[in-house]
Amino acid sequence: MSRIGVFICHCGENIAATVDPVKVAETMSRVPGVVHAVDYKYMCSDPGQNLIIEAIKEKGLTGVVVAACSPRMHEPTFRKVCAESGLNPFLCEMANIREHCSWVHEKSDITTDKAIDLVRVIVEKVKRNAPLYDIKVPVTKTALVIGGGIAGIQASLDIANAGHKVILVERDPSIGGHMIQLSETFPTLDCSQCIMTPRMVEVAQHPNITLYTYSEVEELDGFIGNFKVKIRKKARSVDENLCTGCGVCMQKCPRKKIPSEYEAGMGMRTAIYIPFAQAVPNKPVIDKDNCLYYLKGKCKICEKNCPAEAIRFDQEDEIIEADVGAIVCATGFDVLGTDSFPEYGYGKYKDVITGLQFERLASASGPTLGEIRRPSDGKEPETIVFIACAGSRDPAKGIEYCSKICCMYTAKHAMLYKHKIHHGKAYVCYMDIRAGGKMYEEFVRRAIEEDGVNYIRGRVSRVYEQDGKLIVKGVDTLLGSQPVEIEADMVVLATAAVANTGAEDLAKKLRVSYDAYNFLAEAHPKLRPVETNTAGIFLAGACQAPKDIPEAVAQASGAASKVSALFSGDELSREPVIAVVNRCPPPVFSTCEGCFICEQACPYQAIEREEIKTRDGKLIKVVAKVNEGICQGCGTCVAVCRAKAIDLQGFSNEQVYAEVMAL
Amino acid sequence: MKLGYYPGCSLRGTAREFDESLLAIAPGIGLELEEIPDWNCCGASAAHNLNRELSLALPARVLALAEKAGMEEVLVPCSMCFNRLAVTRHELLEDEELRKRVSDIIKMDYQGTARALNILETLGKLFDEGIEDKFVKPFDHEVACYYGCLIVRPPKIVQFDRYEDPQSMDELMKKIGAHPIDWAFKVECCGAGLSISRTDLVAKLSGKIIEDAVHRGAEAIIVACPMCHANLDMRQEKVEKLKGKKYSIPVLYLTQAIGLALGLEKKKLSLHRHMVPVVFPPREKPAIESKSKTKTGKVAGQVEE
Amino acid sequence: MSSEAAPSGSEQSLAVRLYDATSESVAKCYQCGKCSAGCPLASEMDFPPSQIIRMLQLGFPSLEEQCVSSLSIWYCLTCETCMARCPKEVDLPKIMEFLREESMRRKKTHPKAKEIIAFHKAFLDSVQAAGRAYEIGMIADYKARSFHLFQDMFVAIKLFLHGKLKLFPHLIKERANISRIFSQTIGEKE
Repeated sequence: MSRIGVFICHCGENIAATVDPVKVAETMSRVPGVVHAVDYKYMCSDPGQNLIIEAIKEKGLTGVVVAACSPRMHEPTFRKVCAESGLNPFLCEMANIREHCSWVHEKSDITTDKAIDLVRVIVEKVKRNAPLYDIKVPVTKTALVIGGGIAGIQASLDIANAGHKVILVERDPSIGGHMIQLSETFPTLDCSQCIMTPRMVEVAQHPNITLYTYSEVEELDGFIGNFKVKIRKKARSVDENLCTGCGVCMQKCPRKKIPSEYEAGMGMRTAIYIPFAQAVPNKPVIDKDNCLYYLKGKCKICEKNCPAEAIRFDQEDEIIEADVGAIVCATGFDVLGTDSFPEYGYGKYKDVITGLQFERLASASGPTLGEIRRPSDGKEPETIVFIACAGSRDPAKGIEYCSKICCMYTAKHAMLYKHKIHHGKAYVCYMDIRAGGKMYEEFVRRAIEEDGVNYIRGRVSRVYEQDGKLIVKGVDTLLGSQPVEIEADMVVLATAAVANTGAEDLAKKLRVSYDAYNFLAEAHPKLRPVETNTAGIFLAGACQAPKDIPEAVAQASGAASKVSALFSGDELSREPVIAVVNRCPPPVFSTCEGCFICEQACPYQAIEREEIKTRDGKLIKVVAKVNEGICQGCGTCVAVCRAKAIDLQGFSNEQVYAEVMAL
Repeated sequence: MKLGYYPGCSLRGTAREFDESLLAIAPGIGLELEEIPDWNCCGASAAHNLNRELSLALPARVLALAEKAGMEEVLVPCSMCFNRLAVTRHELLEDEELRKRVSDIIKMDYQGTARALNILETLGKLFDEGIEDKFVKPFDHEVACYYGCLIVRPPKIVQFDRYEDPQSMDELMKKIGAHPIDWAFKVECCGAGLSISRTDLVAKLSGKIIEDAVHRGAEAIIVACPMCHANLDMRQEKVEKLKGKKYSIPVLYLTQAIGLALGLEKKKLSLHRHMVPVVFPPREKPAIESKSKTKTGKVAGQVEE
Repeated sequence: MSSEAAPSGSEQSLAVRLYDATSESVAKCYQCGKCSAGCPLASEMDFPPSQIIRMLQLGFPSLEEQCVSSLSIWYCLTCETCMARCPKEVDLPKIMEFLREESMRRKKTHPKAKEIIAFHKAFLDSVQAAGRAYEIGMIADYKARSFHLFQDMFVAIKLFLHGKLKLFPHLIKERANISRIFSQTIGEKE
C-alpha cells in the first residue's frame, strides 16, 4: 500500500512564473496513494529538505516525489536526504517540471495541467519502485599510464608517490615525448632537458613504476577497477638485461644516414640506435626497416662488436598481460610537416622548417650543437621570418582551432635566434598574439622591446625560393594592408598541433570518445576536464587538446588525484540502475531463452553467458547474465529481448507502462 | 580519343597558332576533335566583370549546345574559356534554382552532362598511352612551363594538379625531350584581360614572369592559354621597355612544342606568326641550375614529423 | 576622417544585400590579410582586397561609398589567387563581382577605371552583335569609348601582317538568341 509524499518546488520564479504550484500540490493531494502534498519556494534549500525529512518521519512515507528541476541537478541531493531519513534512496524520484515544462511554455492553465500530468506520471512510477542497493565492485590498485611524455611522467610519479603501482607504456624507445626535444621552454627559458631528465630518471628508479618502452597497448578489456590489458613489448633485438648502454654498436653501424625522429629530420641516426644521449632506458633498439641484417641478411657488425654480447636478432615481440584498476591516457600530440603547405613550397625548400625542427637547431644537443644554421648550405641565416598560424585557425586546411602554444614558442624562437645571432633580423608574421598564461605577455613584450624582433601583422601568402634566398610575400594590415616582401635566409613555420598518430585506433581500443580532430573527449569541457565518458579512464596532456607544459603537468596531477580517489577504498560503489535477467523457480529457472540478441545489442559488451546446471553438473540451459560492473543501464537489451526476460532495475517495464497509462 | 571541341574566340582570332598547332598535332597523337556547331563566345572576363547572369548564361549556352550535339567531354584549350565553362557548370549543378533561371534565359535546358576538359589533362591522358617513340625530334631545350592562374583555380572546383606548383605540363614537356626548370612564377597572373586597357600593369606582371624564367636559364616559355601568350609574346616589347633590357625569349604554345618534337614544320605550327621570333641560339650554361622536382617534391633530409 | 555608423532602421547594408545575392558572408573574414599579401595588383590598388572586406564588415555608409567607388574592384584580375589561399574560404572574386555591378548601378565607378570598363563594354558589344568576339570591331569600339585613338597602332599593324587579325567577323547563325540573352541580363542596365 503506497504512501507517497509529493513536494512541488517553486524554484523561485523559475517554475512559479508559469506554473501554479499551489494548484499542482492541491490536485496531487487528491490522487489515490498520495498522503502528503505540499509546495515550497526552494526544495533544495535546508528548510526545503527538512520538509521531506519531517514528512517521512511523521507520515511514514513509502516513496517521495519532488517536482522541481532536472534530476541531473538535484536527484543526488534528495536521494541523500531520503537515505539519511531511513528511506531507500531509490524510492525517491524527481518530476522535471522546470526544463520540461515551466521553462518551455508560456504561463497558462494548460501549462499547469501539463505539470500536473508530469507529476502524476512519476507518482505512478514511484508506487512501483523497489528498494535498490549500490553494487560493490573490487578495485585493482594498479594504474596504467599510456604515453611517456611530460604528462604521462607526471601522472605516473604522482600515482606512484601516493603508494600505488603504475605501469607506464611508451611507444618510442625512450620516454620524454616532445618536451625532451625542446631547447628552452617559455616563459622562463629553462633548459628543457635539464628540468625533464631528473623526472625521467625518477620514473626509471621508482619502485612503484614498471616502465615498458618501445611498447604499445594491444588490447583492453574489463571495466573500472577491473581492467585487463595486453601490452605488446616490441622486440628491440637487444637483451636489455645484458646491455650496458656503452654505444659501441652505434659507432660501428654502417647505416648512418637514416633521418632521426628525435632530430625531427634535421639530423641522422644509425640503424641500431639510442634516440638521444639522455634516453631512459639507455638501451638501443634496432630499426628493422633499415637494418642490413633484417633487410638482406648481411652485416651483423653490432653483434660482432658488442662487448656484452647483448644483440639478439631473433628476439620476438612479447605480449604482457596485466590487471589494472584505472587508466590515464597521455599520448600527446604531433605537428604538421612543411609538406602540408602548398603555398610555402610543398616541403621542397630545405630552409623552410617547422617550429619543432627549429628547436632541434637551437638545442645544444642538436645536429648543429645549438648554432642556428641553414639546412641547405650550413650558413648562418642573416634574416629569418617566423610564420605564425601555419595551418591553425585555417578551415580551408581542415583545422579550425587555435594550436595555443605557437604564439609563445614563436616569440621564444625569435628571441633565441636574436640571442645567438645578434646582428640578425627576425620577423614574425602573425595574426594575433595569444599570451594568456602567467608571465606570458611580459615574455612576448620582451621579444619585441628588448630583443628587437619585428612583428608584422598579416598572414603570409606565399614563400618561394630565388637565388638561394626565400622570398616571403606578406602583408601589413596595420599599415593599410600594404603588401610586404621580405628576402629571408630561413623561414620557420609554426605548424598546427594535431593529435598524435594512432590516436584514433587507441581511442577505439579503449572505447573512449574522440572528436573530429582525433583529440580524446573529456567528460565535460568545464567541470570534468580530466575524465572521459568511459568510467575509469582519465586524460592528461595534449592528447585532449593542444596545451603548454604547465597545463599538461596540472592536468596530469589532476588525473592522478582522480586515480588516487578511485584507489582510496577497497571497493567501488556503482549505481544499481542496471539490467537484470530474471530468475524463477525450477523447472523454468529463467524465462530467458538463451537467444543472446541482448549480447549483440549491448553497446558496452556487458552481457555474459551463464550456465545453469543441475547439482550433478549436467547442463540445463545457458542464459544471459548482466555484468554488474559494466552495465550502464541504457535499456537496449530490454527493448530487444523477445521473451521480456531482462528488465531494468529502477526503470522496469511495469514502471514505464504505469507512467504511460497515467497520462 | 574523340572529344568535342570548343576553340573559343581567341583561337579563331589572335591566338590562331594555338588552334592551328593543335589541329596539326591531333592526328599524330590520336586525338579526334568535333567542333560544337555554331558556338558562341563564353563571355571571358568582360561578362563576369559587368554582369553575373550574363557571365553564366553565355557559357551555359555553349555547354547546352555541346549536350545537344551529344558530346560528353569537350576539349577547351583556352584557359579562360575552360575556367568559365567549368565554374558555370559547377555553380549551376550546385544551385537548382539558378540552373532553372539560366536555362530559361538561354532557352535551352542545360542538364550538366557535358563537361569541359582542359588541354593539360587531355594531353596527359593521350600521352599516357605510350607515345614516346613518336617524338622523333626531341625538344632539347630548357623550358619554363607557365600554367597561368585560371587552369588550376579555384582548386575546389577545378580539382586539377597541385595548385601552387603544378607538374602536369612539366611532365608533358619531359616526355617530348624538353628540360622543364623549377621556377617560382608558374601560376602567377600575367595581367589577364587588362592587355589592352592597362598595358602598363600587364607589363609589370608579365615582366616579373619573364625575368624569373630568363634568370633561371629558360630558353623558352611554354604556355597553355591565349591571354598568357599575348601578354608574354605580344607585349614582350613593352616589358623590355619597362625593364630596360632585352629578353627575346620565345613563347610557345605547348601544342607547338609538341608539334616540333613530332617533326612537323614550323610553318604548319604557325610559329612564324609570333611577335617574338622563335629561334634558339646555341645554348650557354644556364644562369641557375634548377631542375624541376617531380613526384612528391620532397628533398632528402626533409622528413615530416 | 571618421566614419559614422548608419542610424538604425535605415536601408539594408551592402553586406546584407551581398549575402542575399551571393550567400557570401563577410563576417567570416578575420582580416588575416593573406589575400592582400598574394594579390598581384594589391600595391596598385587604392584599397587592397582585405580592406574592401573590412569596409563591408563595418558597414558605415561612407565606407560603403568608398568601397563601391574604389579602383580595386576594377583592378581585380579574377586570378583567384586570394580565394585559393584564403583560410576561411571567402569567395572574394564573387564579392568583387557583386561590388562591380553595384558600382555600375550607382554610377559611381572610379574615374581611373575608365579604360578597363570601356574595354569590357567594347568586348561585349562585339559579342552581342556577332555572337563571337571580333577583334577589329572591338578595338575600334574601345577607341571610340576611351579616346585612345592611336594606342597599339603599330602592334595592330604587326598583328595584321602576321595574319592574326581577321578582317571580317564570323557571324554565328543564332545571333538573335545571343542578342536576346543580352537584353534579358545586362540589357536594362546599359
